[in-house]
Amino acid sequence: MFDNLSERLGRTLKNLRGQGRLSEDNISEAMREVRMALLEADVALPVVKDFIEHVRERAIGQEVATSLTPGQVVIKIVHEELVRLMGESATPLSLNVAPPAVILLAGLQGAGKTTTAVKLARHIRDDLKRSVKVVSCDVYRPAAIDQLHAYADQAGIEYLPSDSSQKPLDIARDAVATVRRQGVETLIVDTAGRLHVDEDMMAEVQALNSDLSPAETLFVIDSMMGQDAVKSAEAFNNALPLSGVILTKVDGDARGGAALSVRHVTGKPIKFLGSGEKFDALEAFHPERVASRILGMGDVLSLIEEVERKTDQDKAKKMAAKIKKGGFDLDDFRDQINEMNRMGGMSSLLDKLPGTGQLPAGALNQVNDGMFNRLGTIIDSMTQKERRKPDIINGSRKKRIAAGSGTSVQEVNKLLKQFGQMQKTMKRMKRKGGLQKMLQGMGGGGGGGLPPGFKP
Amino acid sequence: MFSKGSKQSNDAPPAAAEKSGGLLKSLKRGLSKTRDLLLTDVGDLVPRGGKIDEAALEELENRLLQADVGIDATSAILDNLRERARKAGDGDPGDLLRAAMLDILAPVAQPLDVSTANKPFVIMAVGVNGVGKTTTLGKLGAHLRDSHHKVLLAAGDTFRAAAIEQLQEWGERTGLPVIAQSHGSDAASVVFDAIHSGRARGSDVVLADTAGRLHTKDYLMTELKKVRRVIDKIEPRPDYEVLLVIDASTGQNALVQAKEFHQAIGLTGIVLTKLDGTARGGIVFALAQNLGLPIRYIGVGERIEDLRPFDAESFVDALLAQ
Ligand SMILES: Nc1nc2c(ncn2[C@@H]2O[C@H](COP(=O)(O)OP(=O)(O)OP(=O)(O)O)[C@@H](O)[C@H]2O)c(=O)[nH]1
Ligand SMILES: Nc1nc2c(ncn2[C@@H]2O[C@H](COP(=O)(O)OP(=O)(O)OP(=O)(O)O)[C@@H](O)[C@H]2O)c(=O)[nH]1
Ligand SMILES: [Mg+2]
Ligand SMILES: [Mg+2]
Repeated sequence: MFDNLSERLGRTLKNLRGQGRLSEDNISEAMREVRMALLEADVALPVVKDFIEHVRERAIGQEVATSLTPGQVVIKIVHEELVRLMGESATPLSLNVAPPAVILLAGLQGAGKTTTAVKLARHIRDDLKRSVKVVSCDVYRPAAIDQLHAYADQAGIEYLPSDSSQKPLDIARDAVATVRRQGVETLIVDTAGRLHVDEDMMAEVQALNSDLSPAETLFVIDSMMGQDAVKSAEAFNNALPLSGVILTKVDGDARGGAALSVRHVTGKPIKFLGSGEKFDALEAFHPERVASRILGMGDVLSLIEEVERKTDQDKAKKMAAKIKKGGFDLDDFRDQINEMNRMGGMSSLLDKLPGTGQLPAGALNQVNDGMFNRLGTIIDSMTQKERRKPDIINGSRKKRIAAGSGTSVQEVNKLLKQFGQMQKTMKRMKRKGGLQKMLQGMGGGGGGGLPPGFKP
Repeated sequence: MFSKGSKQSNDAPPAAAEKSGGLLKSLKRGLSKTRDLLLTDVGDLVPRGGKIDEAALEELENRLLQADVGIDATSAILDNLRERARKAGDGDPGDLLRAAMLDILAPVAQPLDVSTANKPFVIMAVGVNGVGKTTTLGKLGAHLRDSHHKVLLAAGDTFRAAAIEQLQEWGERTGLPVIAQSHGSDAASVVFDAIHSGRARGSDVVLADTAGRLHTKDYLMTELKKVRRVIDKIEPRPDYEVLLVIDASTGQNALVQAKEFHQAIGLTGIVLTKLDGTARGGIVFALAQNLGLPIRYIGVGERIEDLRPFDAESFVDALLAQ
């Protein structure tokens, strides 16, 4: 939707080409562009102001190496500073206290606390190999306790019962006593959503925190949040000794400037990203990626890692070669559909590639997940030969395929046509370099792995 | 901004808060309070009868940006303000600014009319996860019930665990019947059932909840299209409202959300929730400029009575207050 910063700076700084150094004069216009980009990404205004000052100081007097454009130099500085300010990467949970280690989750209404509680429990059980139970202290939201219990059941996590007629503090104390008695090592305490301006509710969570002395007190915040992120983060940080932040709903397409705002005002590490409604959608935080996302440069790194993590490297290499040759057939396509479904669908992959923003809207619409699934069933009804040479699919073959896949000839036609267009789109992406990078990542391997104990 | 008592005052029996007299009164109180704020605040910023200088403009720009108005809508407002100042000469700057903002918002402040020849009128709440769809429908149900409509709730979120139970609890709070199927059933079929059941029982309005979904997930958007297609096929076709629910603390992504949901199913109105915090919901200026969809209601809390019809003037006043 917005031009990314590299394009903008490319325009603003074009006339600086050939100048040896960035000067105060020539970077002020660039800083205006940086400011706009950050504001459009929802970084809070006071944070933007501090950040720009910082970058300006670093940029003045920078030499522009001949291999780089002035725009690239500025981007590099901006990106580096963003990464630096975003803090340590992949900070693990610190649960080394006398058991039970308590984790308290707090945040605004609807941020994703209850979902995150269960995701964390799975991470703790499966990756950290610790026993864990969850408990809900949300006696306000209708069916909040049911929700946690149902989630826990879905994810195979044990919970402690509670009831909305109880007081949150009593629920939490009982829960700690119970898990201690049972020898359970970790207890995750879900709390009601609350506004930072609601004094009684903030006092309630403070009381919970001081009574429980949690090993981790985590602030859960929605990545779609705008300017108000600073105010709420500040208030929660003042009220509670936060040990970290969890940024949720990053599977959307918000730029996520709130991450920088929260980090700036709390100074606390962002420990995890929530990337879906499923309980395995919890990712380690990597500052470079969130920085790239804020700047609209595409989340290339996490794409590469995702692809590495989930695809078979040999297959990927073969695929890369085929696409390069343009010999991408329906059989490969069927494999790809399966891979894509495992990785959250094509659209989620495309979201992460730089440059797809510039594809014509129509091209991107061709590549939607629903189409992939329908195409999948249709391809399953084709013969080996037909898959390799879609050109041989004539009228009678189409009829057979339609009958076999429970679709219509019209639909088979449409999907064959869409497949053709998709091949074109892929070629276009290849030319733009986006796909190439993706494929390098698939084929090349190396780097980017999660630290031990961190595979969510 | 539209401050209210603590969440814990929820403990008071709902019946006490439900009376429509209470709603009107608290609405008036809210309005007069925000007006006061305007007079003090913008008054400080640009003294009555004073000139709008660059420093004042910069401060205004900061406030608009910090309210999530966004760069484009902010510059549109400030351009309009400059233009008005040039024409009006010595007009009061505070009034000019309000006028410039109301130019954008007044046209979209259109109340929701549920009257229809084909009862029941259907209202479907859609939006991304956790914005307040279910809560808004609960509150709206009570609001419509108080204006003497026969209301039926439809538990169309069959996806999220305990979403049905949540709406059912709202049904109990409001004394409204709830049509529900089991978890995991087809959302379109729940809505279809509810409309037919509403017809049979003579309901005036059916309020259909839907699962939260990110606009980036095609398969979920497809499901929503299907719900709409199913409603469209009912004979005679019911009149309906597709309400996009937006959390007031959402940043610039709200515009993307609105565009995507609009493109997928055709929105007819917007509700802005969680205005009881410090978020100002300035993104509605961008929404109004880009899509022009009516803004129907604002949510100002979690209690049954915490829903207000959208009023452009009080909204602008509250947004400018600091
Ligand atoms: N797409 C997506 N949805 C999420 C994510 N995390 C949570 N959700 C959804 O967001 C909505 C709200 O999540 P909850 O876990 O109920 O949020 P909460 O903070 O517990 O809400 P309250 O208890 O009401 O304050 C639900 O629809 C979740 O499925 C995420 O990372 N991605
Ligand atoms: N403070 C405040 N909280 C609200 C308001 N509206 C809803 N909430 C709270 O926000 C949280 C999420 O509300 P829901 O109604 O469950 O949101 P939803 O959009 O139905 O969520 P999903 O179905 O999970 O996508 C709950 O804790 C509500 O109590 C409001 O106007 N003000
Ligand atoms: Mg919750
Ligand atoms: Mg809901």
